[in-house]
Amino acid sequence: MTSPLHKEKGAELSRRDILKSGAALATVTLAPGVTLMAFGGKKAAAGEDMPADGLKPGARWGLLIDAAKCPEDCSACVSACSAELGWENNGLETDPQWIRKVTLRDKETGRTNSLPVMCQHCESPPCVDVCPTGASFKREDGIVLVNRHTCIGCRYCMMACPFKARSFVFAPVSDQKSIAPRGIGTVEGCTLCVHKIDRGDGTTACVEACTATGNNAMMFGDLNDPESEIAIAVATYASVELRADLGLNLGVRYQNI
Amino acid sequence: MKNLLTSLLAVLALAIAPAHAQELFPSIPKALGEPHPEGNEYWRINHPALLAHDRDLVVLEGIRDVDASLVGCVVCHAVNGPDQGPVPMPVDAGSPDNSCQVCHQFVAIEIGCFVCHASVPSKEDVAMILPQYSADDEGWRDYMEDLAALQEAPQ
Repeated sequence: MTSPLHKEKGAELSRRDILKSGAALATVTLAPGVTLMAFGGKKAAAGEDMPADGLKPGARWGLLIDAAKCPEDCSACVSACSAELGWENNGLETDPQWIRKVTLRDKETGRTNSLPVMCQHCESPPCVDVCPTGASFKREDGIVLVNRHTCIGCRYCMMACPFKARSFVFAPVSDQKSIAPRGIGTVEGCTLCVHKIDRGDGTTACVEACTATGNNAMMFGDLNDPESEIAIAVATYASVELRADLGLNLGVRYQNI
Repeated sequence: MKNLLTSLLAVLALAIAPAHAQELFPSIPKALGEPHPEGNEYWRINHPALLAHDRDLVVLEGIRDVDASLVGCVVCHAVNGPDQGPVPMPVDAGSPDNSCQVCHQFVAIEIGCFVCHASVPSKEDVAMILPQYSADDEGWRDYMEDLAALQEAPQ
């Protein structure tokens, strides 16, 4: 049986592959008289193979969060995200929230649950559907991002997101991290630590912090790689997506909620 | 008479030109690191297009090892600032002495980059771009000393 998590296309010949293979020649002849000029990173220009640089083809990065292991009084993931990416939430309504702790309570039984909620990195992201400039986009490896170069700050994506995962930068920002540029007039949200993924760290700031506390409630990995710890875990144990009724196929899954 | 006046003005203009030559162009601070192989003139003209091209590679395709990175600009073209406490720092893009601002203020073009991007490098940025400096306090001190020496050197 094919899990919906494996719906994403595999390593087909992408534009990137075409650029890569043509990089040594610098141009690719598409048709007589039509050539595609190929520029690329240093590695592409050297004709080296992937994926030392650039995104992993066919990957679907995701998180698995076990709410049973997440204590209500712990917010290590939130502090780690804030420190790593240089945003600060002082409790004002206008402050950014790339990740937040949410407490759920079952009205019938009174059972409470605490869990972190961030961008769920949907396979079919509503934020991408509504973006008028294409700034809200999904990378080939499933990470949903805002390209701030084209973001006009209209905040349609914030309205479309069922998880309230995006924030707007209302005030001028200084002392940004070079790995996470952010500034006034643009929308932002969890990047799934894309800078760490591209660097090959194989983890995110929140997962690192969660593991460091000893709670081990969060797991990061490639859902499309059947050998990965996260793919084995979701194949073995029950897990759910938030708002599964929307059929968005989320990259973030929860256990015990 | 009219011709005489014109030539007189032309001579006069030539005579005063050297005195104003220095004000005709901004004095661009020297930079650390290897010079651009394409030459400074090429980069002065083409840096917006080069940066715009490579930013799309980084953001959309995750290719981080690019030729034109803003972190690279900020590290090599940093300008030693006035002493700000125990740890010296380069000036940020708000200062008229900033390498980018020297030209941008001269031509009255606002820089959009630093609304979002850091205009002052971190220790890690310096070590990444210029591996001769280590990503610690010692490396930072050497970096700042070399920046100061550059700016004291005759142009």
